[in-house]
Amino acid sequence: MPGSPKAKLETVAYHLNGSAINARPGETILESAARHGVEIPHLCHKPGLRPDGNCRACLVEIEGERVLAIACCRRPTPGMAVRSDSERARRSQRLVLELLRSDVSGTPQDSANELGQWCQRLAIAKPRFPEGPQPPADLSHPAIAVRLDACIQCTRCLRACREIQVNDVIGYAHRGAASRIVFDLDALLRTSSCVGCGECVQACPTSALAPAGASRFAAPEKAVDSLCPYCGVGCQLRLQVKDNRILRVEGRAGPANQGRLCIKGRFGFDYVQHRERLTRPLVRRDGVAKTPNPDFTADLRRVFREATWEEAMQRAAAGFRDISERHGPHSLAGFGSAKGSNEEAYLFQKLIRTGFHSNNVDHCTRLCHASSVAALMQMIGSGAVSNPVADVRKAEVILVIGSNTTENHPVAASFMKNAAHAGKTLIVMDPRRTALARHADYFLQFRPDTDVAMLNGMMQTLIEEDLTNDEFIASRTTGFAALKAHLAAFPAERVAPICGISARTLRQVARVYAGSRGSMIFWGMGISQHVHGTDNARCLINLALLTGQIGRPGSGLHPLRGQNNVQGASDAGLIPMVFPDYQRVDEPEARRRFESLWGAPLDARPGLTVVEIMHAIGDADATDRIRGMYIMGENPAMSDPNLPHARHALSRLDHLVVQDIFPTETVFYADVVLPASAFPEKTGSFTNTDRRVQLGRQALAPPGEARADLEILVDMARHLGLDWQYAHPRAVFEEMRRAMPSMAGITWERLEREGSVTYPCRREGDPGEEVLFGEVFPTADGKGHFAAAPFSRAAELPDAEFPWILITGRRLEHWHTGAMTRRSRVLDAIQPAPTVDLHPTDLDRLAAGTGDPLRIRSRRGEVVAYARADPGMQPGQVHLPFCYREAAANLLTIDALDPDGKIPEFKFCAVRIEPA
Amino acid sequence: MAGSKEQLFTPEIRAEIDQWIAKYPAEWKQSAVMAALRIVQDANGGWLSRELMDDVAGYLEMAPIAVYEVATFYSMYELKPVGKHKICVCTNVSCMINGSDNIVGHLEKKLGVALGGTTSDGKFTLKEVECLGACGGAPMMQIGKQYYENLTPEIVDSILDRLE
Repeated sequence: MPGSPKAKLETVAYHLNGSAINARPGETILESAARHGVEIPHLCHKPGLRPDGNCRACLVEIEGERVLAIACCRRPTPGMAVRSDSERARRSQRLVLELLRSDVSGTPQDSANELGQWCQRLAIAKPRFPEGPQPPADLSHPAIAVRLDACIQCTRCLRACREIQVNDVIGYAHRGAASRIVFDLDALLRTSSCVGCGECVQACPTSALAPAGASRFAAPEKAVDSLCPYCGVGCQLRLQVKDNRILRVEGRAGPANQGRLCIKGRFGFDYVQHRERLTRPLVRRDGVAKTPNPDFTADLRRVFREATWEEAMQRAAAGFRDISERHGPHSLAGFGSAKGSNEEAYLFQKLIRTGFHSNNVDHCTRLCHASSVAALMQMIGSGAVSNPVADVRKAEVILVIGSNTTENHPVAASFMKNAAHAGKTLIVMDPRRTALARHADYFLQFRPDTDVAMLNGMMQTLIEEDLTNDEFIASRTTGFAALKAHLAAFPAERVAPICGISARTLRQVARVYAGSRGSMIFWGMGISQHVHGTDNARCLINLALLTGQIGRPGSGLHPLRGQNNVQGASDAGLIPMVFPDYQRVDEPEARRRFESLWGAPLDARPGLTVVEIMHAIGDADATDRIRGMYIMGENPAMSDPNLPHARHALSRLDHLVVQDIFPTETVFYADVVLPASAFPEKTGSFTNTDRRVQLGRQALAPPGEARADLEILVDMARHLGLDWQYAHPRAVFEEMRRAMPSMAGITWERLEREGSVTYPCRREGDPGEEVLFGEVFPTADGKGHFAAAPFSRAAELPDAEFPWILITGRRLEHWHTGAMTRRSRVLDAIQPAPTVDLHPTDLDRLAAGTGDPLRIRSRRGEVVAYARADPGMQPGQVHLPFCYREAAANLLTIDALDPDGKIPEFKFCAVRIEPA
Repeated sequence: MAGSKEQLFTPEIRAEIDQWIAKYPAEWKQSAVMAALRIVQDANGGWLSRELMDDVAGYLEMAPIAVYEVATFYSMYELKPVGKHKICVCTNVSCMINGSDNIVGHLEKKLGVALGGTTSDGKFTLKEVECLGACGGAPMMQIGKQYYENLTPEIVDSILDRLE
């Protein structure tokens, strides 16, 4: 293939159509011709896909050669004379196009149809050859329409499905004239194993695979380069827009996604025009009391009445002022959102700190990686990733633990799968066998809650077998002696029966990780969401420090960030104990800096975290009972643990202002509701899991009277007596640069120009650092600090009454609490109802089958969900996604917290199951 | 793929597939896919279920779709249950010139099934195949591992009558 290492690294001078041109090293005739503006027809070739040379449309004549050559696979040699425009070459190109054209029904008409375009350019009218029998359309899938009567079997879809995304669904089956594109074993697309990423749609040159619905032929008015609003991977995409609606979404070649998207990013954009969008400010009707369990399906108009913006803002601000005057500033709190932009996060925390005068501001980072960040800050002085996901290409060993990457970070997972197929060693460790495990060299299905024992066992192996990096330990770390003493109690043979993985495997995996030239560790909520989440993360950091697997390309630590801007929101200070850039509120020097920047006195006391705030609402005896809250874009009535308690607390608030785009469950507890803007309706910067700061650009106008969140925040600040002037997100970003040294070098203009800049970027013109900690760690002494992690158990273990282990998680198609995705037609059609995963033998034990309703009960609540057999589960464990209002998994979860990260234990509690 | 490789197939089948895997370089074990499919098909009454193909994929560490492609390409693999005796009649050029149409017509009438069909008693499946390399004895057919050449309707009758 072109660009392979065997290609000579010199440019090649040759002649094309009589002109002398140069081909770059490894370039094919087709690629070098295209670069010089010479068009050669081609259909099976697409940049980024492996050249296959099957369509033969790119035939060229090479002087001195008897037969024609295909330009997409042939590399020029020095002095070669190539003609793509000779009569013989043209005649053959035209014949091939005519034959391909006769393979398809009707006239290829839509503008994106490459076959139609080439036929037009080469003036090929109706083919002379008769059309063969055509297969019927397959319109079974909500997102993708399959019309194989338009298929020319170029296999671009197949290469996209199997070589780019590695989903292995599309095949080229049968033989000769009967050969055709199939899904699995010739299934309908809807019933196949397709995950709907749409990479095939993006690859198809004839619209044989196209977005479902009529919009596929519509011509857009404008194309807007923006970002995906869902996960932390930070995929860049292009929105095709007409009449203030998004017609289609295409992947762009961003550094984090290389043109790839997943089903949510590509097909889950229609939520923005859902009929339930909030379009006017609302205030609670007099006499409609708040109850802990409101009917979330009730007509919103019975609970609220519409108001003008002025009335709503006055009410909202007056409520806060009133509580503050009577009960003091610590009786107020705010939840910002990791879905909002950096600028929104920054202004929200500034509003709470200078308008509410407390540090009671937090967001859902508390629920996802707070423990990881606590461990990282403690041990290496920085809470962000050390290397980008893209570094899997440079690593030799990729260890993924506690992350269902294919469902939660699908595009990142595709790069991991690529790496595994390129010969890298993939190690997957998880209590559930998820889809990534199929690609793994080692899959360790350990017992839930035993991470610390297992990881300590691996580290003890390294010490016993003298596989530690002693030079790194001596020069770059402190605390090794204490760790070594601690680990002596964890020989692999001793932890094997605890974690359920053989000592031989533990030792083998430890050796593989330690011995490679570059090992990366990726982790997700499976590590962080435990009462010992910080200890889990400490073990991973210890492992990297013991072996020196950090600080080089392809060697480092990467907690996969969940929300699209959870990294940026945390950086911007949407955290109760730190100002922007993790400067501690209880450090006088930092506080003075921000007091002078913001021109306001600041509270020295760290604020309360998400779950602590919920507790502080309910606690009538607390001196600082929380009585009023401002919630922007978060949905604690679904996302918090132990929902019966959290919802009770929300209903007890004297004053709740919710700013959102939909009537979320949390809205039903509000006094004032402010209609906000959806992702494509505003401009802002967002920071992905790799620390890449990228621009989301406005493509649509908000509906009705809904306003951009930034405008609402500025308006709120003014109503609270602050003199805020921010005309554009750019102005906020400028202030952030002054507040945050690590981003000081990034200018808005550069973001507009380059689309993505990685921080730290301290001075203008710095390239931005993708790989950190090459020389020192950002700790006081510059060293990494080992931290021994004791083995402890979950807060609530199974017993006779509640014998099952509940693990909460996600589904590929749904995002977080489902506020957006359950209002996306496509996504909700694929995953419409709450399902609970159990091992097939457990289903047999319950005398239940797939689709049967099961009642799941914990000490806190109960839900009913439909059974789904999943042989990837271990017997005795159930997995329930938390996005379904009608079976909210968090009614069951426990609100026990990790002592350091204050993260609740979403990944483990005891439940009981019976047929409903 | 369900569980570990030791849970796939019987020890005898695993041993037989392993013999084929051993013929190829260690990192190219999927080269044994055709042999593996034949082995599990023979052990399964002459056809391949999806589960069996998935198991072959798991055993050879390849994507199931790649196994399906092989299984749908070659006419020797059956993706639906077949009769006890699979009658494969060649209808390629040499056999056609020497009267394979007659043989097919006779078989269809005698068995009461069309090409591709299986008799209701499950004894015979009638199948049209591409050249089996016995043009010198055209028209011909294959049943099991046996070739039968220079066929006439009478010879076909006597062959079928001898089958249990």
